[in-house]
Amino acid sequence: MQHAERLAVTEPRGGLGVALAATLRRDLMLLMRRRSEVMNPLVFFALVITLFPLGISPDAELLAIVAPGLLWVAALLATLLSLDSLFRADFEDGCLEQLLLSPQPLALLVMAKVAVHWLLTGLPLALMAPLLGITLALPAGSYGILSLSLALGTASLSLIGAIGAALTVGLARGGVLLSLLVLPLYVPVLIFGTGAVQAALLGDALAAHLAILGALLAGALMLAPWAIAASLRISING
Amino acid sequence: MWAFINKLRSPKWFYAISARLQPWFWAAATLLIVVGTVWGLAFAPADYQQGNSFRIIYVHVPAAFLAQSIFVSMAVAAVVFMVWKIKIADMAAAVMAPLGAAMTFIALFSGAVWGVPTWGTWWMWDARLTSMLILLFLYFGVIALRGAFASRDSGSRAASVLAMVGVINIPIIKYSVEWWHTLHQPATFTVTGRVAMPMDMWAPLLLMVLGFYSFFIALTLMRTRNEILRRESRKRWVRDLAGGEH
Amino acid sequence: MAFASLQDFFAMGGHAPYVWSAWAVTALLLLGSVVHARAERRQLIRDLQRRERRERRVGSEPARNLADDT
Repeated sequence: MQHAERLAVTEPRGGLGVALAATLRRDLMLLMRRRSEVMNPLVFFALVITLFPLGISPDAELLAIVAPGLLWVAALLATLLSLDSLFRADFEDGCLEQLLLSPQPLALLVMAKVAVHWLLTGLPLALMAPLLGITLALPAGSYGILSLSLALGTASLSLIGAIGAALTVGLARGGVLLSLLVLPLYVPVLIFGTGAVQAALLGDALAAHLAILGALLAGALMLAPWAIAASLRISING
Repeated sequence: MWAFINKLRSPKWFYAISARLQPWFWAAATLLIVVGTVWGLAFAPADYQQGNSFRIIYVHVPAAFLAQSIFVSMAVAAVVFMVWKIKIADMAAAVMAPLGAAMTFIALFSGAVWGVPTWGTWWMWDARLTSMLILLFLYFGVIALRGAFASRDSGSRAASVLAMVGVINIPIIKYSVEWWHTLHQPATFTVTGRVAMPMDMWAPLLLMVLGFYSFFIALTLMRTRNEILRRESRKRWVRDLAGGEH
Repeated sequence: MAFASLQDFFAMGGHAPYVWSAWAVTALLLLGSVVHARAERRQLIRDLQRRERRERRVGSEPARNLADDT
């Protein structure tokens, strides 16, 4: 009697919620184990920001003018850099195929993976940016908006970039092609992200910029998962 | 309607019907472009402010229209291919991309060159040129992605997804680039100017636009037929056809 | 005519290099597309004919000879 009861308790639970939680937990764990992969985009971000004064000029006034743009472009490039490994490891060891075979809708499972990517790439970049802003003489009053715009923006960048990553994961030299595919699609986020920071400095239309960033994120949340899922199926079958 | 769509599933039918349609579009393209060119270059009055450099409009604007229209056509073809599995649609999409890129380049080059006498500079980050440049990269991306896959079908489907993603983004990109431009340069008039043109200035422009569209259709028909020959080369009707050709 | 003479037409009021380079690039790309498309067609037909001749010599493999009429 007791033996049977114990067996009944260990029956596996199913359902979408369980699948999502499991995917989230798994990806988080895997990424936390590969600490260097998480650090790479952040170190890249800092390095690129270091290069700009060296390449342009140490003049604080000049740097202050270009700082919002430089910070945003560097963060964007760091995100791009981290996209290649979004699906690659799972593709290579066959886990991606298992994901495709799962009864849960792929679009939603994929969202869990992208969420982890943002939590461990975009969010840290957003939090780190103000520190680098100091080195670029970013004027006061914009640091909060810098982080906020980057947090909102990198979420969109993760979603849009994941489409490109899904399309190129099966290709031998997909890295450069990924940049070509994804950068044109990044332009609106970049424009409104830097626009928000500059609006905070000039004191006009800040709400409009943030609202548009939010709208872009909403659009990406609604449409990107389906594109990512379709692209993954193509890459696996190709 | 459905009968037509089912006919479209047959490359052989399309090959035959496009042979009949082609000459009309070539004729229309030639006529419209020649008349438009002569009218625009030699007979239309010079612009009051820009002088004769204004005549670049007669290639710049048609090319710009086509650059965007072709991307949209390509995306529509991609949808038709992915949803209804009609091979012809994918063949058409494949051949449209290079022409679209060429049109974008023409728009960029003519726009940039126009900037020299007008603005004194070889390149201007104005809204239209910047959007065109991004569009050119989108075209390159679709072309490169299609060719990167070992399996033709995978390449077709990947390029279709990218075309669909791209077409949704194009209005967003245009809008954001325009916003960006007005933020940084308040009062400019664009390269073409929003001044109302007298009829003997816009009539040749209309002819050129229609001529370019006819050219696009004619060339797409021609190159899709080539693509049919290439992909259906194993079929009996294609082999018979080749036997009868020069 | 918007121009007094053929000379004036070619000079385009001093804007000649700009107008003519823009039109030249356009003409080059448009005509080039047509030339390329026709060359492509000739090449494809030639390849088909060559393959047809070769397979007739070797003896056509029935499995490959798709009688599919679409």
